Amino acid sequence: MNRQLLKKITGNQLFIPLLALILLALINLIADPSFFKVTLGTNNAGNPVLSGSPITILDYGSELAILAIGMTLVTAASGGQDISVGATIAIAGSVMLRVLCGTNTRPDTIQAPIIVAFLVACLVGMLCGAFNGALVSIFKIQPMIATLIMFTAGRSIAAWINNNELPIVPDPKFQYFGGFIPGIPIPTTVFIVILCVIVMSLVLKFTNLGLYTQAVGINEKSSRLNGINPTFIKFITFVILGLCVAVAALIKVSRIATINYSVIAKDIEMDAILAVALGGNSLSGGKFNMWASILGAYVIQFLTTTLYKFNVQSDALAAYKAVVVIILVVFSAPKVREYIGQFTKKLSSGKAVKGEAK
Amino acid sequence: MLEMRGINKSFPGVRALQNVDFSLNKGEIHALMGENGAGKSTLIKVLTGVYSKDGGTINLDGKVVSIHSPQDAQNLGISTVYQEITLCPNLTVAENMFIGRGKGQITNWKKMNTDADKILQKLDIPAKATQQLASCSIAVQQMVAIARAVDMNCKVLILDEPTSSLDELEVEKLFGLMRDLKATGVGIIFVTHFLDQVYEVCDKITVLRDGQLVGEYEIKDLPRVKLVAKMLGKEMDDLSDIKGEKGTYEGKDQDEKIFEAEGLQSNAGIKPFDFYIKKGEVNGFTGLLGSGRSECVRAIFGADRVIGGKVKVHGKEVKINGPLDAMKNGIAYLPEDRKIDGIIGDLSVRDNIILALQVLKGFFKPFSKAQAYAFADEYIKKLNIKTASADTPIKSLSGGNQQKVILARWLLMHPEYLILDEPTRGIDVGTKVDIQKLVLDLASEGMSVTFISSETDEMLRTCSRLVVMRDRKVVGELSGEDLTQAKIMSTIAGGD
Repeated sequence: MNRQLLKKITGNQLFIPLLALILLALINLIADPSFFKVTLGTNNAGNPVLSGSPITILDYGSELAILAIGMTLVTAASGGQDISVGATIAIAGSVMLRVLCGTNTRPDTIQAPIIVAFLVACLVGMLCGAFNGALVSIFKIQPMIATLIMFTAGRSIAAWINNNELPIVPDPKFQYFGGFIPGIPIPTTVFIVILCVIVMSLVLKFTNLGLYTQAVGINEKSSRLNGINPTFIKFITFVILGLCVAVAALIKVSRIATINYSVIAKDIEMDAILAVALGGNSLSGGKFNMWASILGAYVIQFLTTTLYKFNVQSDALAAYKAVVVIILVVFSAPKVREYIGQFTKKLSSGKAVKGEAK
Repeated sequence: MLEMRGINKSFPGVRALQNVDFSLNKGEIHALMGENGAGKSTLIKVLTGVYSKDGGTINLDGKVVSIHSPQDAQNLGISTVYQEITLCPNLTVAENMFIGRGKGQITNWKKMNTDADKILQKLDIPAKATQQLASCSIAVQQMVAIARAVDMNCKVLILDEPTSSLDELEVEKLFGLMRDLKATGVGIIFVTHFLDQVYEVCDKITVLRDGQLVGEYEIKDLPRVKLVAKMLGKEMDDLSDIKGEKGTYEGKDQDEKIFEAEGLQSNAGIKPFDFYIKKGEVNGFTGLLGSGRSECVRAIFGADRVIGGKVKVHGKEVKINGPLDAMKNGIAYLPEDRKIDGIIGDLSVRDNIILALQVLKGFFKPFSKAQAYAFADEYIKKLNIKTASADTPIKSLSGGNQQKVILARWLLMHPEYLILDEPTRGIDVGTKVDIQKLVLDLASEGMSVTFISSETDEMLRTCSRLVVMRDRKVVGELSGEDLTQAKIMSTIAGGD
């Protein structure tokens, strides 16, 4: 019975990312127990805020977690990945600033309500997604090649939208989204992620998005013969990812109230893809587990924060990260998981035989 | 030459092989028979090193050998040609024959090509060394696979359902090749579902059932009826006339034409054709492989793009622009190629069963989990689908059970008109009869069914009207007294 339980646990897709989280937590606990200390202080504006490494992880992992949602769907349906999310964040962020600041880069007040700016950014994000999606689903271009176009052009387009100037949003309210709402000590980004997760789970529960994307990702021909429109399903996953990109852009731009076209969300697409892989999802499409991908995103952020705590230089960070990532990815590979599964089975059958002998 | 003794193999929840013995002599064609899930494939995979055995011994030429990988098996001279061709279609015939053998053959292109041509000539295979494999017919591709095996000095050649995608002429050619190989002393293990073929080429038969050995027989000692009985584990008048037992549908509306097509044409290269089916009728398309049978039903279902013609459902003209339109009009279609067009491999049996009805119900109205399980359990029971649970991925089921799941998917939709394209291909005799009976049952309850099969006797047993195809054209229609093997053959062949 115990063995069965063990097998059930190790067989679960959440096992690897959870194990990684626990291991990282243990390492930190042993190295420096104060890692987990969360203190309540006040920020420059005099509002109460929580601070400490766990809060940092939750806060800065937000963009990645939101992107992981969209990336999981794109991966499942198309069997490929969107490598343009960083560049489209730049576009969506730039659009947001353009709407908020107008033509003047240093306005005294915002020129349009924040919600309008956000909705326009959502529309632009979804349009970018639609562009990628159309290339992939209608013209049958490999996702990575199709999104290479946006990847290459995105940051230039973003700079062009604001004439290569860097507008600064004057309204402190705009910074609430990437920071704190006065009186609430928990980072706003945490609430945004929770909201996204709730919306996504409602979508998965009350529509057939999950079933259809998986069916299309596993067997497109057969899905079509069952009345599913694979072209549309692939297209729509890219549009959903575009929406996720707009939300991530809101957080990113809000954090600094301005934008840096060449640096904003740089390399985030790789981390987003990695989050999907860490969640044990096949990068060639098919079955997926959304929650495992989101956990994967936080594992990556946990790792980054841990490395900073160990005073790893920021130049060397990528190399350290790569080592850990290799280990994690190998462990979450289906082949290895199968092997682990067999191993635990052997253990249990060995025990069963002994039991019979008695 | 080859002796397998007391082979055991278990999978989670199943004992796939229990104490199975098998032996093969030099220059012998030995049929391995059994229903789906009897353990044929497992035994072969143990022999070829795909699975490792849990117990038992394998002797080759009197020596105990241990086989841990397909490479080991190949080195020992055990070669396999699978049902699905496992060669590379974009390489040439010669490259396919020599790839993966090392020793630098493949770098000397000229020598490789002449060597390949020699072998092809010797085995009388109609292909050129420099030809791209994809440009050969399936049968020739299969022969190339065999040529590859033979040239690697194989002692034991395993043919796993090699004939299921071949037409009769091609099968004859393949048999010729097998007899030639037999004469040179190669031992051949032949796995097939076609009884005729067994009696045509084999010397011995080994029968497995439920993972156990039933026995080994000389072909002359085991008449067909007995073989079927051994496979099923019960005496049964297997292929008797089942049509007579079932009543036909006798509602008031039995003359109503459920579906009518006029000048229907799709982009799959068939000539425009007229077609109709009445309520409670079972009809069929017959013709040789490639005559356009499947293309016709695909056009009806909208699986290929319809480019012309009128379609009426219940006498009302409708447009069918895709599978979903057909489904909304109560038409269901079980496709010919289960693996490519039917199953969604990684999804559970449950999801595979509910899929069509779910799609019909709509994107925003998913079934509750309980409802989905109820549907799945109902049909698992009804069609006697052998699966560990409703959550098992469909790809881990045996072929016949996969087919039943796909059938369940469409029956769950309660269609008025069900199209079955080769529903019994690659399926054991027991399931075949089950499916045929089911078809007649459904028809007697008022469902209209179009049935396509390569096996004419199967069509004769189920259909009351046959549309005959030749060269992508409808060339005739047979019903009543004309429904005989001879009449069908002559219509297919053309002329009187």
